[in-house]
Amino acid sequence: MAFNIAAFEKIVGTDQVITQKVDLIPYGFDGTAELRQLPAAVVFPATTSEVALCVKEAGRQNIPIVTRGSGTGLSGGSVPLEGSLVICLLRLDQILDLDIRNLTIRVQPGVITKDIDAAAMVCGLFYPPDPGSMKISTIGGNVAENSGGLRGLKYGVTRDYVMGLEIVLANGEIARVGNACVKDVAGYSLKDLFIGSEGTLGIITEILLKLVPRPSARKTMLATFSSMEAAAEAVSAIIAARIIPCTLEFIDQVTLRCVEDYCNIGLPVQAAAVLLIETDGHPSAVDDEAAAMQKICEEHGANEVKVAGNQAEADKLASARRQAFSSLARVRPTTILEDVTVPRSKLAEMVGFINETARKYQLKVGTFGHMGDGNLHPTFLTDEKDHEEMKCVHQALSEIVDKTISLGGTITGEHGVGLAKKEFLNRQLDESSYGLLKLVKKSLDPHNRLNPGKIFDLP
Amino acid sequence: MSYQKIKDLDYSVLQQCMHCGMCLPTCPTYESTKRERHSPRGRIALLRAVADGDLEVGQELADEMNYCLGCLACTTACPAGVDYTTMFETARAEFEAVPEIGTPRRKLLRFLILNKIFLHPRRLHLVGRLLRIYQTSGLDVWVRKLKLPHLLGRSVAQLEPMTPRMSLVFSDQAIREWEHPPEGIEVRGKVGLLSGCVQSIAFSNVNRDTVDVLLFNGWSVFTPRAQACCGSIHAHNGAPKLAKQTGKNLMSQFAKEFDSLDAIISNAGGCGSHLKHFESLLESEPARKWDKKVKDIHQFLTERGFKKPAGGNSIKAGVLTYHESCHLCHGQRIKNAPREVLNSLPGWEMVEMANSDACCGSAGIYNILQPEESARVLDRKLKSITATGAQCVVTSNPGCHLQIQNGLTAAGSAVQVDQPVSLLARAYRNSQQQ
Repeated sequence: MAFNIAAFEKIVGTDQVITQKVDLIPYGFDGTAELRQLPAAVVFPATTSEVALCVKEAGRQNIPIVTRGSGTGLSGGSVPLEGSLVICLLRLDQILDLDIRNLTIRVQPGVITKDIDAAAMVCGLFYPPDPGSMKISTIGGNVAENSGGLRGLKYGVTRDYVMGLEIVLANGEIARVGNACVKDVAGYSLKDLFIGSEGTLGIITEILLKLVPRPSARKTMLATFSSMEAAAEAVSAIIAARIIPCTLEFIDQVTLRCVEDYCNIGLPVQAAAVLLIETDGHPSAVDDEAAAMQKICEEHGANEVKVAGNQAEADKLASARRQAFSSLARVRPTTILEDVTVPRSKLAEMVGFINETARKYQLKVGTFGHMGDGNLHPTFLTDEKDHEEMKCVHQALSEIVDKTISLGGTITGEHGVGLAKKEFLNRQLDESSYGLLKLVKKSLDPHNRLNPGKIFDLP
Repeated sequence: MSYQKIKDLDYSVLQQCMHCGMCLPTCPTYESTKRERHSPRGRIALLRAVADGDLEVGQELADEMNYCLGCLACTTACPAGVDYTTMFETARAEFEAVPEIGTPRRKLLRFLILNKIFLHPRRLHLVGRLLRIYQTSGLDVWVRKLKLPHLLGRSVAQLEPMTPRMSLVFSDQAIREWEHPPEGIEVRGKVGLLSGCVQSIAFSNVNRDTVDVLLFNGWSVFTPRAQACCGSIHAHNGAPKLAKQTGKNLMSQFAKEFDSLDAIISNAGGCGSHLKHFESLLESEPARKWDKKVKDIHQFLTERGFKKPAGGNSIKAGVLTYHESCHLCHGQRIKNAPREVLNSLPGWEMVEMANSDACCGSAGIYNILQPEESARVLDRKLKSITATGAQCVVTSNPGCHLQIQNGLTAAGSAVQVDQPVSLLARAYRNSQQQ
């Protein structure tokens, strides 16, 4: 394909376009295992109008566009396509406005997620979504993938905080959807269409986010159980007691043993499940809830419940969960992190099935995740150079996906479909809703230029 | 393993990187440029491309690896335990061996530093003595006033103010080969002291303080004469053969007392990190034993227990902040021990700076070879230091000490630079005087 680089250099400046192999190789992937493809070029626009001009120019030259932030996605959403133009939004990195009367923050898409919460914290406010990569992920990527995090049960996910968006459409026009009003029913809720659209419908160039008051107290506890079912029962009982903890995380035995191997912190490696539970809010409410949760865990067969007396103890209790992923990731050369999600009541059954499947294919799989919202992270520890084993990994994954769907779950709770889950999407969706996705795509991007081939293929 | 090429590396070392991006926010060069090729995962991707045969080794790639400070902050951030140190040292060694790579200036500087100065302790001491004469005679002031360095070109003009101030006595004069705890202090055992190369001539006082702290805590100290460079500068700069040679030399200097020593003490973060990894360099049984015996001074003090200095009115109260040497916190993973030492000091209030574990830009000889990026990294560090309002910044590595001191002086700041072990020694001396 003829590629007129000069036209893009004219828009963003010669030093903001890269085309050499040595520069492009590091843009040939995101955080997803196994996926790799070089783009034709990467451009770094600094303003919304530069983004719009790039989109128009790409249209003239008929070049597919892949939008990218920090490239930490876990489904291949920002992995380039052959011959594509990557538009990297890291230079749009300003916090534009923090409005403490309306509790909103207006940001550009390249702002790092953690920096948004840090800015909010200065005013006693809180931006709750905390994806695992929040230290480096961009808010634009979070909105495009509708990222979750550890606080989903109580605080929701990225979607629940997006009030408005500025978007460069496939034809290069600029649209503003949503606004600072809590209530707004003027027309379709178009912003919701773009949240989680994985770069296939438009390029997000500005975001208006909702903030909430920062909770003043927090209490942390760690409970160990001799079966995953008992842990799940305890969680159900906590929620039935009308307590919504801000954190309700679990790790399974495989993960627990990997953590202990790596960290040597004296974890109970005989336990089948460990729960990390946190409650936050007003200090007196937090104390009451913590005491109630401790009692419920003990009544539901917890072998041990440790409650942190101060922040240092809380950090220590949380370390097993915090170290879960890194302890698993260093066991084998390739780590594949999945995010199947089931209704909370089916979680124990799903973990059991994952373990059985791992045994059947002789694979090492550690599972941890968000017990409160049913979001599991089965983590395959493997080696992409071992083709036989990789076949088993894909077979096992396919079976896990089928089981998830049969339990009324979803193939992806927070990572997105991208390339990695594309083949599974039509198993989950019925024919008409799958068709509806394509219909939306065709209306908004008739030439299929924005991140083509992600989520689904168009004929 | 030390003279292999990227292609010969165990592929799983390269493959271990899952490109999650957690290293990006910790990388100084990524912070400066926001470009992936200047990030750890980007550099690993390039090395992997070399191993896969997709990319040729050439000037671009060598420049990229030389642009990396080797601060190892990425290894602390990495969830997957990627062995970036091995990749980095292998790559630099491979690229240095390609004759077409490198500019004449860089080659000359590197050759002088690695092969001529740091290989021979006596030559280094000679350079040190000449510098001392130059500095104490006041000649340096006149040379600068007359702008003589500028006649020798921009690089000399930049380098001249960076030369460390030489100690009035070098380590071997300040410290006897054997020193024992004074009367009244119970002897707990024997340790060896690594006096270092730059440390010996520019920071002999820090070595003296280290010995005093050890003596006060009941340790007899053995300090071999005219110690060789440990070779860390060579290993980090693509000269593994020289690193092997210097490592062996150093080990032989301790050989006669080795078995009787409880530990061999390093008081420089950068050297310590290298000194603990002789086994992978030399692949020998003595090297394995050596690695086990080398301890950072703060690590040793906190592991074995140390006397908390008694408080007193004579001690100047003030605020201090701690800059972590990269190879102490990332290389050796020692973060709490120096803070424990600092928190024991009477009269000082410790205020943490933002990003205390971020590089200061010294990075071995990086500040000489890559002055522009080094200055950017230093600038961020100085901002963090100033924001604490501290009167004193402490660090435990001669390179960091010099870099920060030069930066503060150039900025006209009154903040003092010191080392934890020196403050501890002073606190002990003060408490004895009372």
